Amino acid sequence: MSWLKNLMPSKIRTESGDKKGVPEGVWTKCSACDDVLYRPELARSLNVCPKCNHHMRLTGRARLEAFLDEEGREEIDANMEPVDALKFKDSKKYKDRINQYQKSSGEKDAMIAMRGTLKGLPIVSTAFDFSFMGGSMGSVVGEKFTRAANVALENNIPFVCFSASGGARMQEALFSLMQMAKTSAVLAKIREQGTPFVSVMTDPTMGGVSASFAMLGDLNVAEPKALIGFAGPRVIEQTVRQTLPEGFQRSEFLLEHGGLDMIIHRHELRDRLANALTLLTNR
Amino acid sequence: MNMNFLDFERPIAELEAKIEELRHVGNDSEVNLSEEISAMQAKSGKLTEEIFSKLTAWQVSQLARHPQRPYTLDYIERILTDFEELHGDRHFADDPALVGGIGRLDGRPVMVLGQQKGRDTKEKIRRNFGMPRPEGYRKALRLMEMAERFKMPILTFIDTPGAYPGIDAEERNQSEAIAKNLEVMARLKTPIICTVIGEGGSGGALAIGVGDRTLMLQHSTYSVISPEGCATILWKSAERASDAAEAMGITAERLKELGLIDAVIPEPLGGAHRDMDAVAESLKNTLIDNLNSLDELSGEQLLSTRYDRLMSVGNFKES
Repeated sequence: MSWLKNLMPSKIRTESGDKKGVPEGVWTKCSACDDVLYRPELARSLNVCPKCNHHMRLTGRARLEAFLDEEGREEIDANMEPVDALKFKDSKKYKDRINQYQKSSGEKDAMIAMRGTLKGLPIVSTAFDFSFMGGSMGSVVGEKFTRAANVALENNIPFVCFSASGGARMQEALFSLMQMAKTSAVLAKIREQGTPFVSVMTDPTMGGVSASFAMLGDLNVAEPKALIGFAGPRVIEQTVRQTLPEGFQRSEFLLEHGGLDMIIHRHELRDRLANALTLLTNR
Repeated sequence: MNMNFLDFERPIAELEAKIEELRHVGNDSEVNLSEEISAMQAKSGKLTEEIFSKLTAWQVSQLARHPQRPYTLDYIERILTDFEELHGDRHFADDPALVGGIGRLDGRPVMVLGQQKGRDTKEKIRRNFGMPRPEGYRKALRLMEMAERFKMPILTFIDTPGAYPGIDAEERNQSEAIAKNLEVMARLKTPIICTVIGEGGSGGALAIGVGDRTLMLQHSTYSVISPEGCATILWKSAERASDAAEAMGITAERLKELGLIDAVIPEPLGGAHRDMDAVAESLKNTLIDNLNSLDELSGEQLLSTRYDRLMSVGNFKES
């Protein structure tokens, strides 16, 4: 390699570079099969690898835009923002982290909520943005979820939530833990009223999010091979001092153990959830 | 008496050792050392007061995990009469890490539940260090729904490092077990009083922690993640646990200031383990008082007040 490099004119040399992987721009790699993918094509397939069917993450906004009908989508509580009530500081101030993630993601916090229709059926839907602090649940996520649920309650229309979260947000300490109770309480009302709630678990759905609303769906649905569980695999490995079985805490593992109703390919979500919701609401 | 002193109590331990020594000498000889002993005892008391008046969050979390701290069954034994322990989730197993049963509080039938830690090694393992599996939470759910049917108030005692992170627990859907309890507790038509008596560790604590009152013993803690866990993730080192404990504000005092809990129950000087009967007595009185005030609410009011409290938790702004 080096002799070849030396033979090359300097102009070419800088362009080839020493960077690992694929340069930023129109090309990217599948995180599972390593195949080189053309970005616009990948976006069209909703970040599902056309070669190996691996489901890569979607932003919350892209998720809802792909899921809801194009006409008549309306964002709910777009201006809700986190505050640093505890003046939390680790290696960095929480306040600075908020700013940093707001800039990098373009979102105010880790959850987007929208009203709209799914194949003509009026629904409310929320989606996590994993790129915002690992989709962690703090007060904003809890409040947004609750308000979206209230829209579903008041209008008696189905509520669909897409989870992608590492769990509770440590920087909001006990306030974030309490969001588990808050979101589960509003779902108790939804259940009493007989309004359908569908939880779609995407990679990853862990900790406080899985141990609250994500597991409380009338339908618990997952995308293929998503990591879903209460404790993280590393914590479990350290606790039990055992190698974890192949496929542990993946969607297929949960389906086998009775935790899920179904696993749905991202490209079929609209059709199949529209069908299920039409049945549940007897339309 | 072996007091099992913690690191930060070392000066007290040294003084107590000296007192013990003097007592020994006093017993063996003709010399009367009682005056000297009582002077030193006074000094030990003052020292304890001084140390305990400025505990750090990390020191409190060590007290919350003190090996001699009273556990759920210690309180049940002291607070309730006619107690009958009830077992099993009716589906899979009985989980000794979470105990429950019926008894009388001041003559009145109640349902009581709590995580249970073990005192010696064998018992610690049997109780899984107070870390319930899904069947523990499902037993709790069964008992709470039974309490609603028989119009019994529910008292929960929270004392766990967290729900058990194990392969079997995941297979049986630990997440769902916790989530279900949160949902059901929010709407149970009977008063629920939750008391953190030791460690309030994350979702595994909250799973029996939704109710009309949240009380904490003075030296108990309640947090979204253990200080060590938080330090490992945010500081990349478990050694920074004391910083994490401080930053998260896990003590009863701090959580009361933040409005996240209703009341702090004082402990005897030096911690609950120094006088189990005394702390059980004040816990009992606090529970009775709170039950009496909840009795004034109608069923509707009870549920709507509980619901509104849950909905009001959180900080955010809207531009």
